[in-house]
Amino acid sequence: MRNFILRRLFLGIFITFFGAMVVYTVIRSLPTSYVEAVARQRASNPLSTKTYQEWLDQLNEVYKLDVGIIPGFFGWMGNAVQGDFGESWHFGIPVTEKFSQVIWYSIIINVITFFVQIFISIPLGNLAAQKQYSKTDYAITVFALMGISLPTFFLATILKYVFSIKLGWFDLYGLTGRFHTSMTPIQQTFDIAYHMVLPIVTLTMLSIGGLMRYTRTNMLEVLNSDYIRTARAKGLSERVVINKHAFRNTMIPLVSYMSYLIPSMFGGSLITETLFQIPGIGYISYQAILRGDIPFAMFYTTFLILLTQISLIIADIMYAVVDPRVRAN
Amino acid sequence: MTDLEKMNQKFEEEVAPGGNGEEMKLDDTRRVKVLSPGMMVFKRFIRNDLAVVGFGILLFMFIFAFLGPVFSPHEQTQVFKGIGSMTKDYAGATYNTELRYTIAEGQSFDSAARAQFLLALGKEQETFTVGDKVFYYVSEGEGTYRILKLDTVGTVLVGVFKTSPGVTAPDGLVEAYEAAADNKETSFTLDGVVYRITKSGKAAQISTEQDVALASLNVYDAYTQTNESVVASYDFRLASALALKDEIESFDLNGQTFSIHMDEGKATVQDSSGAEYAEISSIIVNPLDQSIFLSMDFKSQVREAIDNGIQRFSFMEDNGEEVEYIINRVNTTFNIKRETPTELIRAYESPSASHWLGLDSNGMDVMTRLMHGGQVSLLVGFVVIFIEVFIGIIVGGISGYFGGGIDTALMRFVDLFNSIPFLPMVLIFGSVMDTLEVDPMARIFLLMIVLGLLGWTGVARVVRGQILSLREQDFMVATEATGIRTSRRIFKHLVPNVMPILIVQATAGLGGIIITEATLGFLGLGVKYPLASWGSIINAASEAHVMTNYWFMWIPAGLLILLTVLGFNFVGDGLRDAYDPKMKR
Repeated sequence: MRNFILRRLFLGIFITFFGAMVVYTVIRSLPTSYVEAVARQRASNPLSTKTYQEWLDQLNEVYKLDVGIIPGFFGWMGNAVQGDFGESWHFGIPVTEKFSQVIWYSIIINVITFFVQIFISIPLGNLAAQKQYSKTDYAITVFALMGISLPTFFLATILKYVFSIKLGWFDLYGLTGRFHTSMTPIQQTFDIAYHMVLPIVTLTMLSIGGLMRYTRTNMLEVLNSDYIRTARAKGLSERVVINKHAFRNTMIPLVSYMSYLIPSMFGGSLITETLFQIPGIGYISYQAILRGDIPFAMFYTTFLILLTQISLIIADIMYAVVDPRVRAN
Repeated sequence: MTDLEKMNQKFEEEVAPGGNGEEMKLDDTRRVKVLSPGMMVFKRFIRNDLAVVGFGILLFMFIFAFLGPVFSPHEQTQVFKGIGSMTKDYAGATYNTELRYTIAEGQSFDSAARAQFLLALGKEQETFTVGDKVFYYVSEGEGTYRILKLDTVGTVLVGVFKTSPGVTAPDGLVEAYEAAADNKETSFTLDGVVYRITKSGKAAQISTEQDVALASLNVYDAYTQTNESVVASYDFRLASALALKDEIESFDLNGQTFSIHMDEGKATVQDSSGAEYAEISSIIVNPLDQSIFLSMDFKSQVREAIDNGIQRFSFMEDNGEEVEYIINRVNTTFNIKRETPTELIRAYESPSASHWLGLDSNGMDVMTRLMHGGQVSLLVGFVVIFIEVFIGIIVGGISGYFGGGIDTALMRFVDLFNSIPFLPMVLIFGSVMDTLEVDPMARIFLLMIVLGLLGWTGVARVVRGQILSLREQDFMVATEATGIRTSRRIFKHLVPNVMPILIVQATAGLGGIIITEATLGFLGLGVKYPLASWGSIINAASEAHVMTNYWFMWIPAGLLILLTVLGFNFVGDGLRDAYDPKMKR
């Protein structure tokens, strides 16, 4: 088991390293005129205190653009390992500082989404499996597929159209209301929570489909297995059969599925945050990437790669923890 | 007949309809209806209602996108323009509040004198001096002042007349003055010369007067340009002002008789032949643009409309065209707007019979753009999935077939590729293409390649997994025994067996690619104007006013995406069930 974890950890580090290298290579291989244009644009910004040459120098210094891609990457990696990701061009403050400012909004939204999603989709998925080919099953399946088939931006726009414009219940954009600054701290908290409702609804509607289908498939598999037939043959009540024998076994794949959700929980949701202009990591990264903020883009992509690897490692370990059969191998 | 015989009889009738008694052999093909694997898949597929619905949706989408443009009467980038009336500022009118000066021939009345005059007017003094000159003014009707220069002839102080230095008083002046003073007149005439009496303290001055200027709030407009010099002359203005003041219908000037008619705040002067000569009014009408010449008739009509408080009037142009004008009042000024027929882009036009889904912000037919956009969206989906399958089969096939070290290495490579965050990378590519201003058509192809390169890992994994189990089967041992080439063994014997699951995978993946492409289009990083894709059409909704007011610009496109992706998912599910009946959905 320890060897397994160690091997898995090593693989994770390996992939993170080379993944960052690939991203770095791609960013570095972009036409340099683009990088220069960004530096020029940054320099002509009246808020910028640095000249074009200074920006370019900084760029060369941080990324060692004058040396090759590989040495440049190692230079970046050397700094990154020490927690120094450079200064964001677009925001003008260290990348990690900007990151710690905004990450919590994303985490709050996605953690709430995660729980709402579990509470809706697992019971529904189980229900659909138990009543396979019934009207309920078809309704749930179609509903789940709708959720999967809806483009995020379309759902978000529809929700905004209905709830913000037609009904006027929510603001169109932003995390805070117009009178936010004149509110008491408690009111401010409620104000922010209120503004998070639509993004959470959007994310939930989009994600329950996948989990529901996954739950249903697994439940069906378990329900068709021999030990369930045995349990029924013993004369156990249907409730005991489902809750004790079937559901617990569906937990194994579900737990691994949930660990795949880790990147989306901490990595922010780029499109949704952008559409609702929630200043989470997704929206901030979107702005940074569009403006060619290489330090932030590098940081964000590396962060995502790392998150993915962590989630995969956790999923593998979870498999082993939950299912003794995996542990035996 | 025994029971057994009866049964035999029945059986024979069943297997050989028509009952001609022809006996069938056991291996007669008619006995057992054999379905090919493909046919079985097809039969299972069409039994699945959702899959059939999905297939129907996709069929509709393909007809809509690829056949629709053939029947659509419009072009993708055809801009629809229409003659609309656009109100443009044309002229301005205002009540004149500033005195306008007409200066008599050979005289001068400069701004210093004007200032003094205004001061005197404000203080209600009869005379004012500028330098050593003394001026006197007389009110000639409302808002009209005749300004005269006085040349002192003499001063009368306590009955004693004293002539001014260098002036010789005509005979009888004193007598005439006394007569006038007794009658408390302010002026008298002697030998055809008008003398004016002005008092300052106990002294009275007798002066001759000379017309200098006419200050008036009225505006004079000549009907024809040849008359302008006459109308602008001091004499004409004075004569008309006097006539207006005394409400005389006519006046003589330079041997010509003019008639004058008052009419609601303006007066029209006609010459002896009855033709309109000039107009006098307190409203100034000016064109907003130097290039516009306002005819007198027009000005006259504007004044009439303002006096009557009308907000809208129409005026006959010289070419006989009737043009509508709108008058907007802002405090004391009036803005006259002309409804000019302009060729306008019919942006945001609501759905109509000729444009079923209206026109977009560029005046292009939304329906036609949806068709062409559908082509792009579907094509991008298919090309990308083709690239993904192509790379996936090669990598997965090699990895699964050889196993061992090659497998491990390739799978780590797949892991590596899989770990690269999809959306940030696509965004980076999109913004680079923006900066480099890539041609819209080239952009679509680059987009396909990028999406394909970032998405093939899933296919590779599936192919590898399948091939790992397939290569242990007997038919592969047979290919090895017959000495078939390795590449042939992989791509001729293994890959076709992977095809069914690949088709399932690809169908389900198509939906995802269409969503990705649409998302990029929506963010403005995908397909660019003038080409369209469903996503870039919805991009219009990112402007709040379009989202609020023009549902037809973005909801149809969104529904098309939703339906198409739903269709691909339904069909993908149906195919999976059909290929693998044990594993229901």
